[in-house]
Amino acid sequence: MAYEPVLTKFVKEPNCYTLDFYKAKDLGYEALRKAVTTMQPNDVIEMVKASGLRGRGGAGFPTGLKWQFVLKDTPKPKYICCNADESEPGTFKDHLLMERNPHLLIEGCAIGCYAIGAKVAYIYIRGEFYHVQKVLEQQIEEAYRAGFLGKNIFGSGFDCDVFVHRGAGAYEAGEETALIESLEGKRAQPRIKPPFPAVSGLYNCPSAVNNVETLANVPLIISKGVEWFTSLGPEKNNGPKLYCVSGHVKNPGVFEATMDVSLKELILGDQYAGGMKDGRTLKAVIPGGSSTPVLLPDQIDIPASFDAVAKAGSMLGSAAIMAVDDTTCMVWLAKNLLAFYRHESCGKCTPCREGADWLLKLLTRIEAGEGQMKDIDLLLDVSKNIGGKTLCPFGDAEIAPVLSTIKHFRHEYEAHVREGCCTIPAPWRGTRAPALAGHH
Amino acid sequence: MSFHARMDYSPAKFHKSERRLADVGEPFRFSPEHQATFDRLVTHYPAERRKSAILYALYLVQEQQGYVSRAAMRFVAEQIGCTPAEVEDVVTYYVMFFQKPVGTYALAVCRTLSCALAGAERVTEALSDHLGVPVGGTDASGTFTLLEFECLGACDRAPVVMVNNDHWHEHLTPDGVPKFIEDLRVKGLAALTGCHHKVE
Repeated sequence: MAYEPVLTKFVKEPNCYTLDFYKAKDLGYEALRKAVTTMQPNDVIEMVKASGLRGRGGAGFPTGLKWQFVLKDTPKPKYICCNADESEPGTFKDHLLMERNPHLLIEGCAIGCYAIGAKVAYIYIRGEFYHVQKVLEQQIEEAYRAGFLGKNIFGSGFDCDVFVHRGAGAYEAGEETALIESLEGKRAQPRIKPPFPAVSGLYNCPSAVNNVETLANVPLIISKGVEWFTSLGPEKNNGPKLYCVSGHVKNPGVFEATMDVSLKELILGDQYAGGMKDGRTLKAVIPGGSSTPVLLPDQIDIPASFDAVAKAGSMLGSAAIMAVDDTTCMVWLAKNLLAFYRHESCGKCTPCREGADWLLKLLTRIEAGEGQMKDIDLLLDVSKNIGGKTLCPFGDAEIAPVLSTIKHFRHEYEAHVREGCCTIPAPWRGTRAPALAGHH
Repeated sequence: MSFHARMDYSPAKFHKSERRLADVGEPFRFSPEHQATFDRLVTHYPAERRKSAILYALYLVQEQQGYVSRAAMRFVAEQIGCTPAEVEDVVTYYVMFFQKPVGTYALAVCRTLSCALAGAERVTEALSDHLGVPVGGTDASGTFTLLEFECLGACDRAPVVMVNNDHWHEHLTPDGVPKFIEDLRVKGLAALTGCHHKVE
């Protein structure tokens, strides 16, 4: 049975981002109308819970539960913070969704606000997406004009404002408490949890932080029903899912599927990424963004669902699949990612901040052929002292590429040390040793 | 732990404060339009939470003078109602704020994995050679500044270059660099491809 996309069905059509198009062909705010005029907020939460919708940002936490945890009996205002920071390397699904189907997100924000009793939703968009922000702001304006946002929506007495907040280039702002800090006008550094945002989040008020794709699924659940949603994909991994496939593939892009599609199909299937470029062979796969452990080609014949990928020893994360071919040196790959983590570590927790620096130095040395055999174990030792010792999952994220490449490709590390140089110098790689990425 | 001497981790380099102060710059005020924009954006946040608008204020500063000077930080602090130190705290954290003047076009090449797999390292080297500047430098004419950024979030269009924080160019190859620079000189930002997703 061919799967009919719902999130990205119209993205190729020229005016798909306009309100007129959304009203004519897509949901057209009917889900919001249904929610605010016929349902109680609690019914919305129950419906999202029943659907089993899991957060699309990386952790896969059930959205309905997250909303239920938001403190109800308090005089304080409540907030929805939409996480549109999308900074995990390899991820570009929300980019597409916001640029080509912004009203689905806006409608999702409004329904989310209604469900948890909030009056304001902030869409925290990463600073680099200025072109997306312009589209989003323009369409929010349209929605206000049409009465889908603002005061007394559909005559129900429900008020809702949606604002876009522009970040300024911080990976760490993708973590929910760091996002809240950044929204408050501070450095994007995570807070100590508990209290969780559901109790004390933005401006110390109860808040829910949800990913763009998560919120975009909510109007679909309201309008098409729980049965439709649970009929898609394997149990506990229901609903439409966007996959970003990039790297050495013929046809990189965003693909919508249900979570029973296999990782292998997504990379090699003709209707998806179409296999490896230039007839080369697949060497390794990063299944869910740079923070997830690397999988080998013989491990990818599994459904691309939260649970199946976790069972294979990695994570679906943000479903950012990066496929690398046999011209890729895995030590170089780990070094590239550690340069990213060293630059993006927010600096709050010492193990992560200092650890990333040490890991990068060690990897740089090994990659240049100047390392020693004991450096490989030293990498493992340093990693052991980072993982689980930080406030947010960044620490675990930065060691994932190191640990998994050593686990699967230790022989390449050893070859670098033995030969005194990189053994797989690909033509697409630079020839100069890059300077450590500093602050611009 | 034993590290060899070639690893640059000596007290000379790392035990000194790396705090770099931004240029003081000219006395700064928002232009009337920017002031109006700022006053509008501040209303998005609760009245006692003006600090939330700090990033927007800094973007407006940068739009007006090309970078964020210390004089401008002081001005933003007055607008927000916080201390200049709090503003500096924010400016120095986020990579999209420049603390010294940059060229007319600040070229930020994405260097993270997907772009690197598509040859971003070579693109940076070609740009560096063509412009005659290292990463972080501005060319003699003051037109181009070369920067490296972390993942920009358009990995299917790799390698990606972001210009002046707002504009994008996709699929830049090392061979395409001379033409890219020439086009930018002649046509300005109109020479860029923008960012267009491919969807199946």
